[in-house]
Amino acid sequence: MPYRLTINGETREVDADGDTPLLWALRDILGMTGTKFGCGAGLCGCCTVHVDGVATRACQTPIDSVGTAGIVTVEGVDRTDAGRRVQQAWIDLEVVQCGYCQPGQIMSAAALLAGNPEPSDAEIDEAMSGNLCRCGTYSRIRDAIRRAARLAKPAMETAQ
Amino acid sequence: MTTPAARRGHGPSRRAVLSAGIAVGGGLLVGVPLAAPVLSKDGPAGFAPNAFVRIARNGTVTLTMPYVEMGQGTYTAVPMLIAEELEVPLAAVTLEHAPADDMLYRNPIMGAQETDGSLSMRAAWEPMRRAGATARTMLVAAAAAEWRVDAAECRAAEGFVVHDRTRRRIAYGDLAERAATLPVPQQVTLKDASAFTLIGRPQKRLDSADKINGTAIFGMDVRLPGMKIAAVMASPVLGGRIASLDDREARRVTGVREIIRLDDAVAVVADHWAAAKKALDTLAVTWDDGPNAGFSTARLKGELDAASQRDGVVGDEAGDEAGAFAGAARRAEAIYRLPLLAHAAMEPLNCTVHLHGGRCDVWVGTQAASRAQAAAAAAAGLPQDLVAIHNQYLGGSFGRRAETDNIVQAVSIARRLDHPVKVVWSREEDTQHDFYRPAYHNTLRAGLDRDGRVTSWFHRVVGPSPLARWLPPAVQNGLDPDAVTSATGPYQFPNRHVDYVRHEEHAFRSGFWRGVGTTHNVFVVESFIDELAMASGTDPLEFRRRHLRDDPRLRAVLDLAAEKSGWSKPLPPGSGRGISLLQDFGGTILAQVAEVSVEDSGSLRVDRVTAVVDCGKLVNPDTVIAQIQGGVIFGLSAALYGQITFSEGRVEQGNFDSYAAVRMNEAPRVAVHLIESGAMPFGVGESGTSGIAPAVANAVYAAIGKRIRQLPITSDM
Ligand code: FES
Ligand code: FES
Repeated sequence: MPYRLTINGETREVDADGDTPLLWALRDILGMTGTKFGCGAGLCGCCTVHVDGVATRACQTPIDSVGTAGIVTVEGVDRTDAGRRVQQAWIDLEVVQCGYCQPGQIMSAAALLAGNPEPSDAEIDEAMSGNLCRCGTYSRIRDAIRRAARLAKPAMETAQ
Repeated sequence: MTTPAARRGHGPSRRAVLSAGIAVGGGLLVGVPLAAPVLSKDGPAGFAPNAFVRIARNGTVTLTMPYVEMGQGTYTAVPMLIAEELEVPLAAVTLEHAPADDMLYRNPIMGAQETDGSLSMRAAWEPMRRAGATARTMLVAAAAAEWRVDAAECRAAEGFVVHDRTRRRIAYGDLAERAATLPVPQQVTLKDASAFTLIGRPQKRLDSADKINGTAIFGMDVRLPGMKIAAVMASPVLGGRIASLDDREARRVTGVREIIRLDDAVAVVADHWAAAKKALDTLAVTWDDGPNAGFSTARLKGELDAASQRDGVVGDEAGDEAGAFAGAARRAEAIYRLPLLAHAAMEPLNCTVHLHGGRCDVWVGTQAASRAQAAAAAAAGLPQDLVAIHNQYLGGSFGRRAETDNIVQAVSIARRLDHPVKVVWSREEDTQHDFYRPAYHNTLRAGLDRDGRVTSWFHRVVGPSPLARWLPPAVQNGLDPDAVTSATGPYQFPNRHVDYVRHEEHAFRSGFWRGVGTTHNVFVVESFIDELAMASGTDPLEFRRRHLRDDPRLRAVLDLAAEKSGWSKPLPPGSGRGISLLQDFGGTILAQVAEVSVEDSGSLRVDRVTAVVDCGKLVNPDTVIAQIQGGVIFGLSAALYGQITFSEGRVEQGNFDSYAAVRMNEAPRVAVHLIESGAMPFGVGESGTSGIAPAVANAVYAAIGKRIRQLPITSDM
């Protein structure tokens, strides 16, 4: 019996063992390679997706645990307001270097802002410290999250 | 926004590039006698005055990019050079990864097709602008001929040739065919720097858009029809062999297709990596560990210590070091030790191979495409020209993706299969089978006179020579120039002796790591200089200033660092500032000031880093800032936590829990200040990494009086 997953608003079927991590269902079975593999152990955050809006490590999420929850990946994050603002801020502040960790960073940041429109520095640290970046883009990520938060305000919107 | 078009291997075929070469009688790189129309993937015939630039009839400008993008921004900075001279908007340039070809695409400084040594910008600066200017000159000549006017009356702007007097203009695309029939000029005039409209002005990275929406394709993301995925486990001890293998349980895992036993590794090929890895973990393997079974970090340390008693090959000598030391008013001696380091790029190693019809196709992110091609050819038993390397985005590399072991392994696996296979290493496999930054032993001694001036300097470096493996002719008479680079820092000492004792280990492989020899020696030199400053009771910044080589650029960097860091402002107890200064072999000068606080518990926090950099001419200033910021964080991870240790021949670290890296909550703000000097751009990919460890170690001394002589810092506190 294939598993039926709701990914970026579409129903997709995955025919694999129930303990298959969502990460590999996405990447190798469904061909959605935006979600990255970095450690396979919940230590790097490269594989972060949203499961019912919550930032979740796909490498630690067996497909049989997802049920009917809605999954959003980096390929679909621009359908959310927070996701769009985060992506815009990432471009505005030139966050990206090699880019390999960035899908995961963006998913963590978008989930943070969706739940907490004006996070403090400590809250940013808390939400983002599970996402490693070996290229060291942290200070730009922090600035971009603050900028994305400001982009939400109507005053900024007219100023754009 | 342009996107690199070479994803999924749609780069220009090797044949297309070469056929242009054949049509013009070879020698495309420089001094090309004739341009020839080539068929481009844009459909219509175009104009390709050299191996780098192609202009299609529809106006598309394509740059065949010999340097790879691994985060350093070269996919933006190199197109800027072309666009500047060609007079097209930056966004009009489309990139393709170059195929493997040393003849056409070698880095002129390294003499091979490599992206390393922070050399791309230095290497590209002249040839890429010349490539753009050549194309521009020919397009202008084509328009002038069309209009029957003097070329001097025409100018190029925004992708058009313009004749102001008659207010006419023609788009480049419409000129491409005519330009292709013209002789390639031997002499072209490059723009004066004052006329630059792109170079030196911040430009948005061209690769960002694809990297924030998941569409950028890294080696890890390559997908081919019929492709299967493999997980591998190599012998945990280098040189070990499989003694026995029980794969009965593994074969029962859903999705498993093949289990392939190599001499020194076993691979499980499956429908997806989760199945492959699950099966791999059930394998019962016994290894014959071979001669390295007893190797340990303690043994390594003992051997390096013993080797340090030998005299080395002299790398730098002046005056009478021994005499000056003996007669010095004050003497200092110290031993500094550096650990093995893994690269731990964010993207674990992987390689996709398809052997079919007597050919071999390889999809991989590599810093050295031509080496990758040669290695794959040898492993496949094919001539090199039947192997195509499809280079991909690199999810970090830091030196690791210059090696070809994963490519050889993937080809060996693919030889046993009749379909494409992507071999993906686990994080643990990546950490445990690296080419490690060598461990080094350093013996230092210096003499000071009564006024606190250094009168003698001795530095002995002991360690292996990755360079001797990589580029044998670079090591002459036993001297590895990389091992002793920066071994006296940017200073002038009247009596000095630097030597190198080569000590090779066979229980692990060593290789290049971001910053190479500079990263290692800057920690040693900048820490020892700090010791000497303290011994003479002089402010460390002032002490450095007094000993600098006579170079106003060095002084300017140091002085600005003092100003921007608030060097003389007092800090609360338990906090301290430390400085480092370096000039790396690329020419870049960098000073860093780190501010740290040490809590009573002993836990260390790096609060702030101020960096001042002079990298000559700035091409894309914001990328320079980003490279320094990122380099500092990369170096800080190593300074605080980085060490690979061995026990019973095996690496003891595996994932990011045991090989830790700095996370956002530990990342200091890095303020970067740029000084623009000189006409040439120097590289900045490595400098930030090299200077951070001593700045932090010196700050720890300033904070709590503890001198760090061994990395990582947390192992010596
Ligand atoms: S791959 Fe999932 S946390 Fe690293
Ligand atoms: S951008 Fe390279 S790992 Fe984050």
